[in-house]
Amino acid sequence: MSMNDNKGGGKRLLDLARNNSVPLMFILICAVCIPVSGFSPAYLLNEILTRMGRNTFLILSLLIPIMAGMGLNFGMTLGAMAGEIGLILVADWQIWGIPGIILAMIISIPFSILLGLMCGNLMNKAKGREMVTGYIISFFVNGLYQLVVLYMMGSIIPIIHSSIKLPRGYGIRNTVSLLHMRQYLDNLLAIHIGGVKIPVLTFLITGLLCLFIIWFRKTKLGQDMRAVGQDMEVARDAGIKVERTRIIAIVMSTVFAGLGMVIYLQNMGNLSTYSSHTQIGMFCIAALLVGGASVDKASIGNVFLGVILFHLMFIVAPSTGAKITGDSMIGEYFRVFISYGVITLALIMYETKKRKAKGKAGQMLQLAQSEEDGQ
Amino acid sequence: MMNNNTPLLEMRNIKKEFFGNQVLTDINFTLDAGQVLGLAGENGAGKSTLMKLLFGMDVIRETGGYGGDVLINGEKVNFATPFDALNAGIGMVHQEFSLIPGFTATENILLNREPKKRNIVSEIFGDRLDTLDYKEMNQRSAQAIDKMGVKIDANMVISDMPVGHKQFTEIARELSKDQLKLLILDEPTAVLTEKEAEALLDSIRGLAAKGISVIFITHRLHEILTVCDKVVIMRDGYVVKDVPARETDVADITKWMVGRNIQSSAQTESKIDPNAKTILSIQHLWVDMPGETVRNVSLDIKEGEILGIGGLAGQGKLGIPNGVMGLYEAGGKVIFDGKEIPLNSPRVCLDASLAFVSEDRRGVGLLLDETLEWNVAFSAMQIQNKFLKKYLGGLITWRDEKAIHDVTQKYIDELMIKCTSSLQKAKELSGGNQQKVCLAKAFALEPKFLFVSEPTRGIDVGAKSLVLEALKKFNRERGVTVVMISSELEELRITCDRIAIVSGGKIAGILPATESSEKFGMLMVSQVK
Repeated sequence: MSMNDNKGGGKRLLDLARNNSVPLMFILICAVCIPVSGFSPAYLLNEILTRMGRNTFLILSLLIPIMAGMGLNFGMTLGAMAGEIGLILVADWQIWGIPGIILAMIISIPFSILLGLMCGNLMNKAKGREMVTGYIISFFVNGLYQLVVLYMMGSIIPIIHSSIKLPRGYGIRNTVSLLHMRQYLDNLLAIHIGGVKIPVLTFLITGLLCLFIIWFRKTKLGQDMRAVGQDMEVARDAGIKVERTRIIAIVMSTVFAGLGMVIYLQNMGNLSTYSSHTQIGMFCIAALLVGGASVDKASIGNVFLGVILFHLMFIVAPSTGAKITGDSMIGEYFRVFISYGVITLALIMYETKKRKAKGKAGQMLQLAQSEEDGQ
Repeated sequence: MMNNNTPLLEMRNIKKEFFGNQVLTDINFTLDAGQVLGLAGENGAGKSTLMKLLFGMDVIRETGGYGGDVLINGEKVNFATPFDALNAGIGMVHQEFSLIPGFTATENILLNREPKKRNIVSEIFGDRLDTLDYKEMNQRSAQAIDKMGVKIDANMVISDMPVGHKQFTEIARELSKDQLKLLILDEPTAVLTEKEAEALLDSIRGLAAKGISVIFITHRLHEILTVCDKVVIMRDGYVVKDVPARETDVADITKWMVGRNIQSSAQTESKIDPNAKTILSIQHLWVDMPGETVRNVSLDIKEGEILGIGGLAGQGKLGIPNGVMGLYEAGGKVIFDGKEIPLNSPRVCLDASLAFVSEDRRGVGLLLDETLEWNVAFSAMQIQNKFLKKYLGGLITWRDEKAIHDVTQKYIDELMIKCTSSLQKAKELSGGNQQKVCLAKAFALEPKFLFVSEPTRGIDVGAKSLVLEALKKFNRERGVTVVMISSELEELRITCDRIAIVSGGKIAGILPATESSEKFGMLMVSQVK
């Protein structure tokens, strides 16, 4: 009997490790890299806090579609583009600082809603393949974005300041400087403790979104999304408007991604007009998965753990790589390599888990039968 | 004012046809408030169609509506959607669970009818942002569970529940609707253990005492006798009997259920050779086929016979061939011709000269976009390297188009497949002719042993007898052992030598085909321990 218990305990531990294998792997990588990199704890803490403020809001925007059963929303790239359009316009109007940040957020919202509606409608036509659909939509909308920013801005949409215009007279330059709003949000209300800067306001805003998500789960709409996410047909039979609920989930995600992108870029201090958004979806999704989320399940805890581990690796990997191989490019290589690797791993694990659950039914049958034979 | 003599539900001359097929004819019966009505009948007798009609399901309207009147409390109703039926006080518990797996019982019971609280955000953005009132939800679900009279854990997540509790959760969901007057239970006890089934029967009595009427569909006839006030028996779309439950017994009901022209059919020349050797021995087989679970089946099949496997839908008869042939996960032991055949590997079965004509002919059986020639020859080409020509000492193999054409033409003639040529695409043929192509494909393999699953499903009478004749001929002339699985008892009795009846995933009994329909009927509704 006691042996059985031990076995059960050991098995539970093994299950726990298996279910959290991705975060564990990253903890291990970080544990090895941190001492080798030679960074001081204060430096690391400072970097982590800055990056948490920068990125957490964006990653939180992924949670709602997962709740609605639409998987990892590669379509968040659309929101990121909307945020960038807001920032370009604000930069041209020379509205800087906090008012600029707020205005950019406000401008991004209608674009996000529009793009989200389109994305949601398309995803409703491709149920069960939301992720790849979202991914391809993001490439398609990137084309639209380029059309607007590269050709229409300055020719049709008035752009006053030549500092952000291409020399030919229309189109936006490769980089738009956001120097006059750089880290304005982070610095307002910031606290310095022993050389470590804590961006309190950014954290407060992120915290507010967390609270909103927790509250939202308890609303009727949140409950409907959870129901739709688990079984669309049952939800439909119960009278829930499945399509509409799914579109709302994507629109909300896109709007939050737009706001998150403004927070992200004000921290960076400049905007790479044509590339800032291209990989943001990939990195946010990778970070979320590193935090232990899966295609159908993600929590706020996953977001925070993921941000910390993912960025910790980014900070320490280049210098560790440089120390070991003498080449600092290895860190950047690692970043991309690991991101894609983690996403692949998560998708495969999701499928194997589903198959395992299916095999379990068979095991139960066999068990019932052998019990019966035993009697 | 409501007249006390008006029945709660009255069906008057209900008629329904699907694409020219009359499935319901002149259905008349009444149900009073607080009465329990047992509805019995074989598969295809029209029970489900009748209930779908009553519940306003889309499929009825999409196929042209129905004739006759449904009256509730003496007023004529015509439900456009199930939601109308719900509003009129009709609740239905379906055979398949309609529950959200990750929700608790409470959340499922009140799905999309959750009590809500208003808040500032919802004042602005609309009532979908109202927060859920968990306290009220718990109260309402506790009330519904109380009303049912069976204890289940309201906070347990559905996916952790035993099957029986899932069923009870569904019933509680209907009971939580205040307007509920009539509850339809479609085979609720099929998935329950005996104890749970008893608890359910108790709770049905309790509901009736509270004035809720129940229509109870089940294949376990003794349950009807214990709990119902009256029994309505349907056969081939007619109500053949409408009697008070206490004036009848299981034997009578069974007779009425299967009793169509008993004297007909049942082949005379059935041959049962007691000395024939066992060619296929199935021992302790379990199969995890959704909706057709097989539990602990042991079955010996004699060389040269046609064995029928019958039984009601969902009892596991389809699981047996699908499990043996490796299409669904299975366990146990299968011995063919003295050698053990490993399960879960279709290729090995085919190599051992077993063949299978699947019930899913469009999915598994046919290459719909390919020609008849390809369909007939494909398996033989893949498995047995037939219809291939070898060049350069076997380095290159080429399809032997002529041999393929010849064999296809042979089967087209033999089975009278109606087609423009052997190069026509399989999807362009009618259902019956597609079925014949499936058979030709299996025949071309020249197997020693053939599983045929639902060979006549969805095909017309003429094609039916042709297919059955072809099977019989194949068996008698080439000595191939055939196992035929069918829902239609009569067709099994015409074709087979022996018939095994499956009930609850197990073999309820094996009888010679010459036995009377009643005996088979008794086996179908029996409970195998």
